[in-house]
Amino acid sequence: MEIFGVSLQGLAGQLLIGLINGSFYAVLSLGLAVIFGQLNIINFAHGALYMMGAFLAWIGLTHFGINYWAALLLVPLLIGLLGIVIERALLRWLYQLDHLYGLLLTFGLALIIEGLFRYYFGISGESYEAPEALRGGVDLGFMFLPLYRGWVVVASLVVCLATWFIIERTKLGAYLRAGTENPKLVQALGINVPLMITLTYGFGVALAGFAGVLAAPILQVNPLMGSNLIIVVFAVVVIGGMGSILGSIVTGLGLGLVEALTRVVYPEASAVVIFVIMVIVLLVRPAGLFGREN
Amino acid sequence: MKQRLIALSVAASLGALPAAPALAQARVSDGVVRIGVLTDLSGTYSDLSGQGSVVATKMAVEDFIAADKPAFKIEVLSADHQNKGDIASNKAREWFEKDGVDMVTDLVTTSTALAVMKIAKEKNRIAIVNGAASTRITNEDCNDVSVHYTYDTYALANGTGRAVVKQGGKSWFFITADYAFGHSLEKDTSDVVKAAGGSVLGSVRHPFPGNDFSSFLLNAQSSGAQVIGLANAGNDTINSIKQAAEFGITPKQTLAGLLMFITDIHSLGLKTAQNMYLTEGFYWDLNEQTRAWSKRFFDRHKRMPTMVQAGQYSSTMHYLKAVKATGSDDTAVVMARMKKTPINDFFATKGQIRDDGRMVHDMYLLQVKKPAESKYPWDYYNVRATIPGNEAFQPLSASRCPLIRK
Repeated sequence: MEIFGVSLQGLAGQLLIGLINGSFYAVLSLGLAVIFGQLNIINFAHGALYMMGAFLAWIGLTHFGINYWAALLLVPLLIGLLGIVIERALLRWLYQLDHLYGLLLTFGLALIIEGLFRYYFGISGESYEAPEALRGGVDLGFMFLPLYRGWVVVASLVVCLATWFIIERTKLGAYLRAGTENPKLVQALGINVPLMITLTYGFGVALAGFAGVLAAPILQVNPLMGSNLIIVVFAVVVIGGMGSILGSIVTGLGLGLVEALTRVVYPEASAVVIFVIMVIVLLVRPAGLFGREN
Repeated sequence: MKQRLIALSVAASLGALPAAPALAQARVSDGVVRIGVLTDLSGTYSDLSGQGSVVATKMAVEDFIAADKPAFKIEVLSADHQNKGDIASNKAREWFEKDGVDMVTDLVTTSTALAVMKIAKEKNRIAIVNGAASTRITNEDCNDVSVHYTYDTYALANGTGRAVVKQGGKSWFFITADYAFGHSLEKDTSDVVKAAGGSVLGSVRHPFPGNDFSSFLLNAQSSGAQVIGLANAGNDTINSIKQAAEFGITPKQTLAGLLMFITDIHSLGLKTAQNMYLTEGFYWDLNEQTRAWSKRFFDRHKRMPTMVQAGQYSSTMHYLKAVKATGSDDTAVVMARMKKTPINDFFATKGQIRDDGRMVHDMYLLQVKKPAESKYPWDYYNVRATIPGNEAFQPLSASRCPLIRK
C-alpha cells in the first residue's frame, strides 16, 4: 500500500522522525512559553543558551570527564544559574517597558554569546558521542530506530509533562500564575514575587540547556546550532499561543509531524511549511491555537 | 588613458626582459600594490577560509618581501562578505574606487564570487577566486580579469564520483542542498557517475541550512542505492554523516562527501568519518614541501590549512611575482604574465592558468583513515590517487566560456 508514492512503512518511519524533532520543538518552545507567560519577555537568547547547553556538555566530557548523565543534570543547573544572573542584572530593568526592549536585549545577548563561542571554537563545531548505553538501535520492522532517538522522545515528554503539571496543577504553579495576573496583590499576601520571577526565568532557560544536552549527540555541536532553530521554535510558540504551556507542547509535537509529512510530499517546502501555518493561524486566530484572547 | 596605453606598449615590449627595479617602481600605480581578502569571517565557511585565508595571504606577502625585495609596497586589506552577493559587491566597489585595491581574492560562495568578478571587470581590476566552487565562474560567467584557482565542482565530482564507481559503487542516491551550488554539484556528479557506467536512483533536496537529516537519510536508505552522494557543504555535510552513522546507514551503504575540507574531518572525528572518499586540491601531509609550509601556517593559525587557504598563499605569491616581473600592476599586463608563467610551488606542480581563467593543477583522491591508522594530529588521509590536472578539470573543448573560441 502506498500513500503519496511512499510505502506505508516509509511513512511510519518519517512520522516517527517527525515526532522526535517535534519533541525538541516542544522542550524549547515550552521554555519560551514559560518565560513569556510569567515575565512577558520574548527571550531571543533561548537559541544561544540551547547552544551553550550542548557546548557545556561537550566541554564537560572532554575536559573534565563528566559523562552524559551527569551533564543532563548539571548543565541545566549551570544554564539556569546563568539565567538568574541575566535576569537580575539585565532583564529586571525592562519589565515596565514595551516587549520590544526585552526582545532587543536578549537578541543582543544571543549575538554576543554566539560570537564568543565562534571565536573560541570555530564554526565547524565539535562531535559529542551518545552515551554507551544508548548506542545502537532497534529494528522496528518499518525502520531502524536509534536507541538514542527513542530516549530523546521519552525524556522530552517527561520533562514537558512535569512542567505542565507543576504550573497548572500545583500550589507553586498557582502562585506563579497569580503573580503574573496581579503581582501587587500576590506580594501583599506575603509571597516574594520578584524571586519567583527570577527563578522562573532560570527554569525556562534551564529547559533550553536541557534540550542542548539532548541534542549534542545528534547534531554537530556548533555555535550557530541555536540560531538555526530558534526562528522555527518562535513560530511554534506563536502558533500554540504566546505563553500557553499546553499549547507549546502540543504544537511542538504536532508541527514536528507536519514537517515530516511535508518532507515526504515535497521536501523543498519542509523549511517553510511551519511559517505558512503560522501565517494562517495568525489570520484566523491571532492569539494562537491555545492562547486566550485579551 | 593615453598614458596607460603607452605604459602598456612599453610593458609589452619589455615583457621578455627582466624589469629594472627603477622602472617597476614607476609603473606600479602610487607605488603600492593593494590586495583585498574578501572572505567569510563569521559564517558557515569561516573555518575553511576566513581568518586562515587572511593569515595565508599575509604569509605570502611577508615571504615575497623577504625573498624578492620588491621596490613597491604591499598592503593587505580584509573584510567579511557574510556570504552575500550584495555585501561583497559593495565592498569590492569601495575597495576599487576609494582604496585603490588592485586585486580581490578568496571569495567563498559562488554568489559573492560572481558579483565581485563582475565589478572587477567593470573597474578593470583582478579577482582571484579560491573559496567558491561553481563551474559557472569559468564557463557562463567567465571574464578576462578573473582566475579560479583552487578547485571547482567539476574536479570534485570527477575525482570522487569516478573513483567510487570504480570501487564498485554503481548505484547512487543524492542528498542535495536546495540552492545553485548543490544542484550544480549533483548534476556534475550524476554526469560522471553515468559516464563511468553507474546509475542514479534518485535524489532528495533539503532546505539550506538544514538541521535534521534523518528523514532524507531514510529516503536514501529505502532507495537501496550503494552510494549516498552528499551534494551539500559545511555543517549540512557534517550532520548528514553523523546521522547516517546513527541510523545504521553506514557502513551498509557508502557515503561520498562531494565537497569536504580537512576542517570538516577534524571536527567530525575519524571514528565517524573513516573510510569516506573525497577529493581535494591540497593536503598538508603530501610531501616535505607541503609539510614545511603547513607547519609554518599551523604555528600562526593553530589549525592545518585547508586547500582554500593553501591556494590563497600560492595564488597571492603568483600574483605578486607577476607584478614584480612585469613591473606593473596594470590588470591586462599582470593577467597576461600570470597566464604565461607556470606555477611550481608547494601547492601546484606545472600549474597553468588557462584562457577561461581556470588554474589547472593536480587534484588528490583521498580516503579518510581509520582511527588506528592515524599516528599524529591532523594525520587524516590516505592518498589513493593523484589526478593529473588535465583529467581533473573540465577540458577547454567542453568550455561554455565566451572567451574561448573553438
